[in-house]
Amino acid sequence: MGGSLNVNHLAFLANGALWTIGLSLIALVGGGLAGFVVALARISPLRAVRILAAGYVQLIQGTPLLVIMFLTYFGLPPLGITVSPLTAASVSLTVYVGAYLGEIWRGCIESVPKQQWEAAEGLALSRTQRMMRVILPQAVRIATPPTVGFMVQIIKNTSLASVVGFVELARAGQIINNALFEPFLIYLIIAVVYFALCYPVSRLSRRLEASQGRPRLSVETA
Amino acid sequence: MKINLDFGAILERWPSFVSGAIMTLELAVIATVLGTAIGVLGAIARRSGHPVATRVAAFYVESIRNTPLLVQIFLVYFGLASLGVKFPAFTVAAAALTINVGAYTTEIIRAGFDAIPKAQIEAAEGLALSKPQIYWHVVMLPAIEKVYPALTSQFVLLMLASSVTSQISAEELTAVANYIQSDTYRAFETYILVAIAYVALSLVMRAGFYGLGLVMFPRRRRLGTPL
Repeated sequence: MGGSLNVNHLAFLANGALWTIGLSLIALVGGGLAGFVVALARISPLRAVRILAAGYVQLIQGTPLLVIMFLTYFGLPPLGITVSPLTAASVSLTVYVGAYLGEIWRGCIESVPKQQWEAAEGLALSRTQRMMRVILPQAVRIATPPTVGFMVQIIKNTSLASVVGFVELARAGQIINNALFEPFLIYLIIAVVYFALCYPVSRLSRRLEASQGRPRLSVETA
Repeated sequence: MKINLDFGAILERWPSFVSGAIMTLELAVIATVLGTAIGVLGAIARRSGHPVATRVAAFYVESIRNTPLLVQIFLVYFGLASLGVKFPAFTVAAAALTINVGAYTTEIIRAGFDAIPKAQIEAAEGLALSKPQIYWHVVMLPAIEKVYPALTSQFVLLMLASSVTSQISAEELTAVANYIQSDTYRAFETYILVAIAYVALSLVMRAGFYGLGLVMFPRRRRLGTPL
């Protein structure tokens, strides 16, 4: 206790906010790569691959991110794999985001009109050519608004990295609060910073949705 | 490297896991019921056209949807504490989860209201249905029916998100796991088990919502449209 909020505290929070952005980008890139593989695996011609990918999605979507964080950070060391907070957070977010983006993108790929698949097949394009040259370019357009929308979920979910001691925005707030004990003020500041990070992205995703002219109902994680 | 898994010591603690799972479900049910009520009120407010009500509802929805649940929980926890009243962790957790899910529900139900064609209401007026009848049978129930799948997914996600309340020591499933792993040093086994428990809980909730949907929307049941 003691002391009041000063410039050093605010600098510490700003540093935390930068790590929140950094972790969000790591999660987006890592989860995006994983999600791409999951999306393709979910529509694979091989049954075993489809089932495997569906199992992965079901399992991850049925587990809280918090538990995945604890599992990587506390669960792996006893098995002989030591992980730093940053590694644990990055791996957990990648695994988690991969399942959700994979499902979103599978939906986008499948919503490319069936005639496009048939036409590409009629032109004797191979499966890879069909995917790369006909389906994916169109799917990317459909996928942009929901992906930007999911970015908001990613930013918010990085706050859970605080439970494994990674100093991002939420953890930075906790640390300062331990010194000053002004919880309401500090968490209000934290909330405002998160809002400032998320709201523009929310707005952008809504604008993109509106420009495509089909509002969709998205389900969001807290 | 030798991997040595031992689930025995963890499984011995099954009564703790069961009580944690029950609290998780309790939190989910409370927040689902109250959140639906908030959602309906919020959706009505957002569509009311009343300048104050619309703005208050919009502010509520946007501020909740653009901040993390973890921070909201801390704000509710310390906010209530600063009033000088000591609430049990369960109450705080239930309140925070309700406030959180209410915002998402507002948006979903609003989309349901928006999807009701105006002609349908005019047709009901033409059939001389009373205002309350129209509101209930032509607007409310069909609106909820339209967004029922999105709503139920949201509530399952809420149940999973309730794990975050372990951070203010509500004794739900994740908090129980934290306690047991620090006691047994069997972190991997504990969290694997808890992950499986959460998957099971979400399947239970999905099954429950499916059954509830069959009861609530008999028209859909007759038509055989999947929920």
